Amino acid sequence: MNILVCVSNVPDTTTKVKFNGTQLVTEGVQWIVNPWDELAITRALELKESGAGVDKITIATVGLVGVEPTMRKGLAMGADDAIRVDSDPKDAFYTASQLAEVVKAGNYDLIMTGFESADYNGISVGAMLSELMGYASVGAVSAVNIIDGKLQIDREIDGGKEVLSVETPLVVSVQKGIAIDPRIPAMRGIMMARRKPLKVLAPVDADVYTEIVEIELPKAKSAVKLFDAEDVAGLVDALRNEANVI
Amino acid sequence: MSVLVYLENWDGKFKKVSHELLSYGKSLADKMGVSMFALSLGAVDSNELESLKAFGPEKIFIATNGFETLDNEVFAAAISQAAEKEDASMVVFSQDNVGNALAGHVAVKLKAGLVSAVSALPVSFDPFIIKKKIYTNKVYGHVKVNTDKKVLSLSKNTYEIIENPGAGEVEELSLDLPVAKTKVESVDKVTGKLLLTDAELVVSAGRGLKGPENWGMIEELAQVLGAATGCSRPVSDEGWRPHTEHVGQTGKIIAPNLYLAIGISGAIQHVGGISNSKCIVAINKDPDAPIFEVADYGIVGDAFKVVPELINELKKA
Amino acid sequence: MNFELTEEQKMIRQAARDYARRELTKDVLERDENAIFPTHHVKALGELGFLGMMTSPEYGGSGMDAVSYVLAIEEIAKIDASLAVIMSVNNSLVNYGLETFGNDFQKDKYLRPLADGTSIGAFLLSEPEAGSDATHQRTTAVDKGDYYLVNGTKNWITNANSASTYIVMAQTHADKGPRGINAFVIEKNTPGISLGPHENKMGMRSSDTHSVMFTDVKIPKENRIGEDGFGFKFAMKLLSGGRIGIASQATGIASGALDLAIKYSQERKAFGTEIFNHQSVAFKLAEMAIKVENAHNLCLKAAWLKDQHKNTDMASAMAKCYAADIAMEVATEAVQIHGGYGYVKEYHVERLMREAKLTQIYEGTSEIQKIVISRALIK
Repeated sequence: MNILVCVSNVPDTTTKVKFNGTQLVTEGVQWIVNPWDELAITRALELKESGAGVDKITIATVGLVGVEPTMRKGLAMGADDAIRVDSDPKDAFYTASQLAEVVKAGNYDLIMTGFESADYNGISVGAMLSELMGYASVGAVSAVNIIDGKLQIDREIDGGKEVLSVETPLVVSVQKGIAIDPRIPAMRGIMMARRKPLKVLAPVDADVYTEIVEIELPKAKSAVKLFDAEDVAGLVDALRNEANVI
Repeated sequence: MSVLVYLENWDGKFKKVSHELLSYGKSLADKMGVSMFALSLGAVDSNELESLKAFGPEKIFIATNGFETLDNEVFAAAISQAAEKEDASMVVFSQDNVGNALAGHVAVKLKAGLVSAVSALPVSFDPFIIKKKIYTNKVYGHVKVNTDKKVLSLSKNTYEIIENPGAGEVEELSLDLPVAKTKVESVDKVTGKLLLTDAELVVSAGRGLKGPENWGMIEELAQVLGAATGCSRPVSDEGWRPHTEHVGQTGKIIAPNLYLAIGISGAIQHVGGISNSKCIVAINKDPDAPIFEVADYGIVGDAFKVVPELINELKKA
Repeated sequence: MNFELTEEQKMIRQAARDYARRELTKDVLERDENAIFPTHHVKALGELGFLGMMTSPEYGGSGMDAVSYVLAIEEIAKIDASLAVIMSVNNSLVNYGLETFGNDFQKDKYLRPLADGTSIGAFLLSEPEAGSDATHQRTTAVDKGDYYLVNGTKNWITNANSASTYIVMAQTHADKGPRGINAFVIEKNTPGISLGPHENKMGMRSSDTHSVMFTDVKIPKENRIGEDGFGFKFAMKLLSGGRIGIASQATGIASGALDLAIKYSQERKAFGTEIFNHQSVAFKLAEMAIKVENAHNLCLKAAWLKDQHKNTDMASAMAKCYAADIAMEVATEAVQIHGGYGYVKEYHVERLMREAKLTQIYEGTSEIQKIVISRALIK
């Protein structure tokens, strides 16, 4: 079984980000593997190491040359090879269209995407890619297992989960739970990463359906209204009669 | 031209968010001067269909067979066929697990630009520009959609419910569906517990509670309020509470009317998961805890004293 | 000149940072409080390759440069200095010593498991009556023809209980002074070796420190490192490189304390504003930052010299002396900025202050470093 993990290069949104017009101010930004993609790579590696029948793990990213350190991290974690489509990921449809070309040129049984990227939070590339390919897709995936050579997918539903069997090739959008913590690359992996193949493909023509034309900072929130620890009644009254939420 | 709203159901009932979705769809349709249609896939109770009329759909399309299991390709085919039937220029989903899984499929089928997790009506229709939060809730992006057709998914608890009766005639669709590739082997479901993502009120607690043995008062408070329970990441990482209760950027992103954060410091990742809540209340002994920066109301005090009093106070009325 | 790190160096720093923040933070307070050895962390760091960072892949190591090593130790020490010293002893003393001066038998048998992290090592030089002055060893290794017979006591031995491989200095020819000292690689479970009680230390409480007693311990001849009488020179060479590890550890402690102080100064309010907005605090932080940056650069300079196979004696002594002294200053100021909160354990800075103190004492006190530096000045 061959696995393709689609990886986004995103700014670390747990730190401060600044904007200049519609552009992110990139100076001082720490670029990271999109957290959900990192969990997907981790799970793919776990499956491969468990001897469940994974032959090869490939990572694919749509991005300019600056994303390569992020891709190298994926290789250092243990992915076998990498493919970069040499273009900005202009929007979700454009990105999915580029990834579709990567998929067509390979032979993948399972394609994993993080459920969203931490930059545009579009939540759509996985579903778009599967539609473009005519592949089955499953969203809200919280576990991927291989049992007797067959994929078994857990999908989160309200109040629980469904255990699914799905025809391959298959695109899954994964979320937390797929792996507990992202794999930290070992020294040996870091040293080997540079020697692993990283293929660069030219982008294909594809439509751009959406674009960000303006960035608006959220309004400053009004200050918290504090009640004394002895005045719990005051808080309850405010929730009932001022905020009207209970 | 029309607006099509896809309504999810669960166990024969529409999800709570349906009225909000219809209100939003109707507002969109009115602004565009077109009709709104609703679509339901799978079996639902007839009185459930009846209840939708109050929110303005001209017709309610239904299709009952073949939708027992969510197969994204099957559902997306049905939704896009319904959209094409009424020449929908706008398809609206709920931004949740199901909506997320389907919107991308439908957008590609309709050659429509997709904007997910919107929380308000468009800024303008021509050109079509709509706001959504990006960079994990840090800023709003104004997204311009270049296609004639658009697919939107609406974040929960962001649009007001407006009653606006419509004809609501129910019409069974005949559809041409692909073969399903998804098969459910088993279902593992907790019943009887209020769902975190659906709850209007959420009581959430963090490491300030010191240990899983102290969750009794949190459960009691949730019960008194009729709220669901949540927790911060360290708490679920420590195994004090199940991962399904983890609220935050990497856990559940929720938008209840009331979010009550007890002993939660309010790390940036946690705040990312609650910032759309209507009202945030923080109880924390540390006056400098960042949670107070996002809270509407707060008490600086010991949770072990404040929470029992809160329970007493709520029981009074 | 080029201050840019390579992609690999950045990745290694990030890996160490991720491990430290994610895993070490969880139980560092508890391990400090109860003086618990971080067995599972040592195993995990070994698997990641941090315990044989600079050892050649030929012997199961990671084959990294000293610059990467500095970056990794700093990141670990920011959160948990005890683990950093375990790493430092293993990497820059034991592994480096065996790889550079050991024979094939020693490399194959002892270096391999040390380099891949399956076992850890200890370096036994200090004695009850010979700490800073290592020229006189009371521990003896008498040449019995087929073997050496070792007797004596070693003090303040880091990793004493958890290590399985010891490198031990002992006097073979008392009449020759320092030139009569030999170094041996000794298995900890050799009959005749016993441990004193666990030292109840002020800081670095999670690293295990004991005295080690040798009573008629028979050591095969093939376990002597280098020629007869090479021991003192060997120890000095190792300590020169070892100082880079401790200097990086001290820099990490200072840097960790600075990070906590910056964070706290932006959260804590006094007189109506975050305390960062008070110049007395802001300037203090600026001064701390200058010191941390200086220490960091001294460590990198020493590491760079080592990577270029140049003499590191003066550079590593400067880095060690300066980093240790500023670690103490910066950690103390971090406690001061935290006020009362800084004095309680929950806020970590008091622990960093306790840990900083040891860096001025072990692997050559600050005073010894100044002797090394001043002598180098007139060479």
